[in-house]
Amino acid sequence: MKKLIAVIALALLPLASMASSGGPELQKANIDLNNHAAIQRGAKMFVNYCMGCHSAKYVRYKLFGEVGLSEDDIKNNLMFTDGKVGDLMKIAMPEEDAGKWFGAPAPDLTLTARIRHGGADWIYSYLKGFYTDPSRPMGVNNTVFPNVGMPHVLWTLQGINDPVYKYEVHHDGHSVAAFDTEAEADAYVKEHGEGYRLERVVESLKVAQAGSLTPAEYDQVARDLATFLTYISEPMKLERQRMGVWVVLFLIVFTVIAYLMKKEWWKDIH
Amino acid sequence: MSFMNWIDERFPATKVWNEHLAQYYAPKNFNFWYFFGSLAMLVLVLQIVTGVWLAMLYKPSAADAFASVEYIMRDVDYGWLLRYLHSTGASAFFLVVYLHMFRGLIYGSYRQPRELLWIIGVIIYVAMMATAFMGYLLPWGQMSYWGAQVIVNLFAAFPFGIGEPLSVWIRGDYVISDATLNRFFALHFLLPFVLAALVFIHIVALHKVGSNNPDGIEIKKNKDENGIPKDGIPFHPYYSVKDVVGVGVFLIFFTAIVFFWPDFGGLFLEPPNFEPANPLKTPDHIAPVWYFTPFYAMLRAVPPMFNSQFPGVVVMFAAIIVMFFLPWLDRSPVKSIRYKGMLFKVAIAVFVVSFVVLAYLGMQSSTPTKTLLAQIFTALYFAFFLLMPIYSKMDKTKPVPERVTK
Repeated sequence: MKKLIAVIALALLPLASMASSGGPELQKANIDLNNHAAIQRGAKMFVNYCMGCHSAKYVRYKLFGEVGLSEDDIKNNLMFTDGKVGDLMKIAMPEEDAGKWFGAPAPDLTLTARIRHGGADWIYSYLKGFYTDPSRPMGVNNTVFPNVGMPHVLWTLQGINDPVYKYEVHHDGHSVAAFDTEAEADAYVKEHGEGYRLERVVESLKVAQAGSLTPAEYDQVARDLATFLTYISEPMKLERQRMGVWVVLFLIVFTVIAYLMKKEWWKDIH
Repeated sequence: MSFMNWIDERFPATKVWNEHLAQYYAPKNFNFWYFFGSLAMLVLVLQIVTGVWLAMLYKPSAADAFASVEYIMRDVDYGWLLRYLHSTGASAFFLVVYLHMFRGLIYGSYRQPRELLWIIGVIIYVAMMATAFMGYLLPWGQMSYWGAQVIVNLFAAFPFGIGEPLSVWIRGDYVISDATLNRFFALHFLLPFVLAALVFIHIVALHKVGSNNPDGIEIKKNKDENGIPKDGIPFHPYYSVKDVVGVGVFLIFFTAIVFFWPDFGGLFLEPPNFEPANPLKTPDHIAPVWYFTPFYAMLRAVPPMFNSQFPGVVVMFAAIIVMFFLPWLDRSPVKSIRYKGMLFKVAIAVFVVSFVVLAYLGMQSSTPTKTLLAQIFTALYFAFFLLMPIYSKMDKTKPVPERVTK
């Protein structure tokens, strides 16, 4: 039986090399869900900058009682209407209008951290990934979400970034060469002919106009929002982990006792 | 004991207890693989209990379903626990049943006189798949919606003009809609009780023929003067206490996933399913949950013929139907892998590799290389069954001992 398992394991090894992860490279957000201040700051940013268009309609305002806000704090800082703290974080913008204005209605953000591959890192990189692109309707594009319909809402804070392009030559789906200028890449393609094509990729971003925040301060804003969105995507996450420790510990004790009981019953069976 | 007498005169309580537990003799040499039957029953009960509670809080309507799941996750006390137990339970159910079926394969538990026991088991497996498929629509996420769309469309591939009306009849609409969700909810609630009844029949059949064991020896052929099998021990207390240990070990792993890794890297809860169903937006990549992916890979491996996807659908269903014939495909003089020869060992290894590789390929978007691999492993999957009459006969077997071994 052991041999059989070893043979099967060996036969499956090549699979591991086939698995590859797609998607853009993400920057590490390094969030901490125990950091209530970050969640509070993120909540404040969210209601001020995001909630014009994006709802978080599965979340009730009173949730932020869990991260140290009193009912008055919530009412004074997070709610702009005279609703109840038990209300859901809905928005007034009708989906139809949003569709007309931005091409698609702005998605609800309650579960973004669970939908997007990379979660908090995706959100963090997305918020830092806007760059000028005159070909887009809003004048901006994004490194992790190409051709996104959303304008750079936080531009007054971050400032404006210009892209630094590099020009890659692709052949058979692989990048075979990269150049700093389009002319060089073009020459390479012409030289090699059939099957080679040029692709422009954003290599890095450079500051074109500074915002009201320093880069480090803006990183903090992006991190706070990533922390907040991760928190609301699964508010019970830390609670379930805390509870899980006790459940698993109990079951280990239970299993040891059950095993000793089994051994006692079975001692006469040979 | 007069109370028990009073009962026994009206209901065979003591008789049933003895026949099925205290005096049901099971082989004493059960190993690791024999835990998964009782574990499957445990998970079925867990699914029914958590499912009934979820049904008290869930709203089966296209407008409210997604929000009601989030309501359960956020606003209901321990609702998240119910939901994660249920979603992890679905995957655990398939895992333990796959291991239970594998046990049957290696020790020849499907062989005479247990053919009917095996067939009832395969029916349970089919009923499980139907239950899981319908249950997966209920959260009404993107993957719920488009997964159901793809699978129900398979029925539309049936020829002779019955396909299209059949798929409309299943959905109750031309696309997956509120009507589909409502009926899937009704059936998802009903089927587990059908499953429980089938499990009861499975056990009745088991207790009629007696349990097989890792040696594939009929312990009933060797009885002592009291008519008790020499290699048998009463199920209760011996296997009841042993199964409790199995339950403990299983629950350690199970709860570790529920509490620390409930989406299991996107395998148990797929990320696109956290986005509400949107009939106007097809996801880039539609994949069923892992326990269906071997069959999904087979479906995609078969190219359309005569402008029809039907051949792929036939292959996919054939992959399940072929299991029903297993008892008559195996011509080996011995039951257990312990006494079978190299040919069978190679065949079963190829089969396991094929199943796992197909499961992996079914999760991936297809490329020409992956489609070719899927075709090769689909062929190997079927070869395991269809060539069995030949290789099981040719195989060099070892002599089977009279009595069970350690």
